[in-house]
Amino acid sequence: MMKLMKEIYIIWLREMIRYWRVKTRLVSSLAMPVLWLVLFGSGMKSTLSMGGAGAEFDFLQFLFPGVIGMSILFTSIFSVMSIVLDRQFGFLKEVLVAPVSRSSIALGKILGGSTTAMIQGTVMLFLAPLVGIKLSFGLVFALIPVMFLAAIALTSIGLVVASRMKTTEGFQMIMNFLMMPMFFLSGALFPLNDLPVWMEILAKMNPASYAVDLIRQVAFKFMDAPAFLVDNLSLELFGEKVSILMDLGIVAVFGAVMVSIGVLLFRKSD
Amino acid sequence: MSIIEVKELTKKYKDNTAVDKISFSVEKGEIFGFLGPNGAGKTTTISVLTTLLKPTAGLALVNDFDVLKEKDKVRSSIGIIFQDPSLDDKLTARENLRFHAWLYKVPADKMAKRIDEMLKMVGLEDKQKKLIETYSGGMKRRLEIARGLLHYPQVLFLDEPTIGLDPQTRAHIWDYIMKLRQQENITMFMTTHYMDEAEYCDRIAIMDNGKIIALDTPKKLKKMVGGDVIILKTEDNEKAKQEIMEKFQTEVNAKNGELMITKENGEEFIPQLFKQLSVSVASISNRKPTLNDVFLKLTGKEIREEEASTRDKAKKQMKMRGGGH
Repeated sequence: MMKLMKEIYIIWLREMIRYWRVKTRLVSSLAMPVLWLVLFGSGMKSTLSMGGAGAEFDFLQFLFPGVIGMSILFTSIFSVMSIVLDRQFGFLKEVLVAPVSRSSIALGKILGGSTTAMIQGTVMLFLAPLVGIKLSFGLVFALIPVMFLAAIALTSIGLVVASRMKTTEGFQMIMNFLMMPMFFLSGALFPLNDLPVWMEILAKMNPASYAVDLIRQVAFKFMDAPAFLVDNLSLELFGEKVSILMDLGIVAVFGAVMVSIGVLLFRKSD
Repeated sequence: MSIIEVKELTKKYKDNTAVDKISFSVEKGEIFGFLGPNGAGKTTTISVLTTLLKPTAGLALVNDFDVLKEKDKVRSSIGIIFQDPSLDDKLTARENLRFHAWLYKVPADKMAKRIDEMLKMVGLEDKQKKLIETYSGGMKRRLEIARGLLHYPQVLFLDEPTIGLDPQTRAHIWDYIMKLRQQENITMFMTTHYMDEAEYCDRIAIMDNGKIIALDTPKKLKKMVGGDVIILKTEDNEKAKQEIMEKFQTEVNAKNGELMITKENGEEFIPQLFKQLSVSVASISNRKPTLNDVFLKLTGKEIREEEASTRDKAKKQMKMRGGGH
């Protein structure tokens, strides 16, 4: 067990060093969520009023947790796909011939990707005042573990995909056919209730929806969102409001299943 | 005592047998080489011996451990220098080594000293804090050699250790390899398709189409050719070939407008040849046999014939490694 932990730590540490070294990645991966938030958010704000006239709540406040979710979704999946880069540039071989268990490598990668995503999400959080959301210690500390859990679940999706990929040429396809649909159907940009049936079904099968809903519901607790709005904007499943606990459960179970599949596939593929 | 033992090892892909029932053993402390053209099955064999590929059939023991059943023990016993670069170029040289030491559980109290020692051996101690992306191809290779040895392996595998490097750098790399052989008292298993490099080996297995077609010391292998190699150009090769075959009962190979004869004591044979030949000779040369001649004799083709594709590959790797020295 100690051996496993130490191995996971080593793999994780390398991810952290690399993340820190490649600062352009840090900046560029912040660019997209900020664009969505500032340009898309401010643009839509004027046409959508959510709390009715005079309410302190607007579209930006709805969008903000969603964009954090999006930032975690993208960072998670892309970070763990660095395993494909490692494979293509030969470094993976160095790790694979070492007396290290395959599971440690996979788990180290998942944790590395999740930590990266969590840091990214946290940095995003500090942009809250930019869109008129009050930043509080409670908000930050409540969201960090939640973001980390969501990140683990999403990172393992990346590992499942990456364990089948030999070159980075497929990245664009993953972006177009997996990540963008997951993003649009996650409720990050608009509430998922009252959608056309086919879209609602897809959205509710999308694990990212629960991750985004979880982040949003936790964030709302610290944002003085009117209760009726929280109810309106949160996810519904089979006619029931999904509570924070249910979101947490779904994300955790999904995460556990995906981590297992990811680790298994990785062990098999190499 | 043999440190690598291979029996009837086979690796099949769908409809292609990459390695076909090969058997050999490597003695402790020797440099053992696999020589053969690309696609002969050299890298596949190394991949099986280093636990990266599962064999289809047969047995392979490294340091007395089974490559299928005792993977981790095999992995701890070996160091590898891959054909393609395998460093993390966002880390510094020292970080790459430290990462390796952690993976191989080099004891913490010995680690720093061992890393210093290895960096010194390959002459990179001044550049240890530089990121690998700033390294040249030759420096990367040297660091990989240092890394392969860091965890005190019993056997060092070198898969085409100098591919894609310029001749001067290649010579340097070989200096390091021979130096460490003395320092570390280690067994080395290498593959190459460069004849001159195969000469460094104590014993060589010549591989073609997944099979070992000869295995011996370079000296004895070259003896198989049956003497010196004489190559001549004449005005009428066809006629000359006939005459030589009739008058000397020797086999003559015609290729690329040249005739090739193997004969003991070539320098004494040439004057006789001139005396008896009615066709006038344009040029003639006499040389000691090379391993390429051995390969030619055994397979009817040259290793070099396949080198065009190898060169393309080498070029590609030069780019990946960031060029020559």
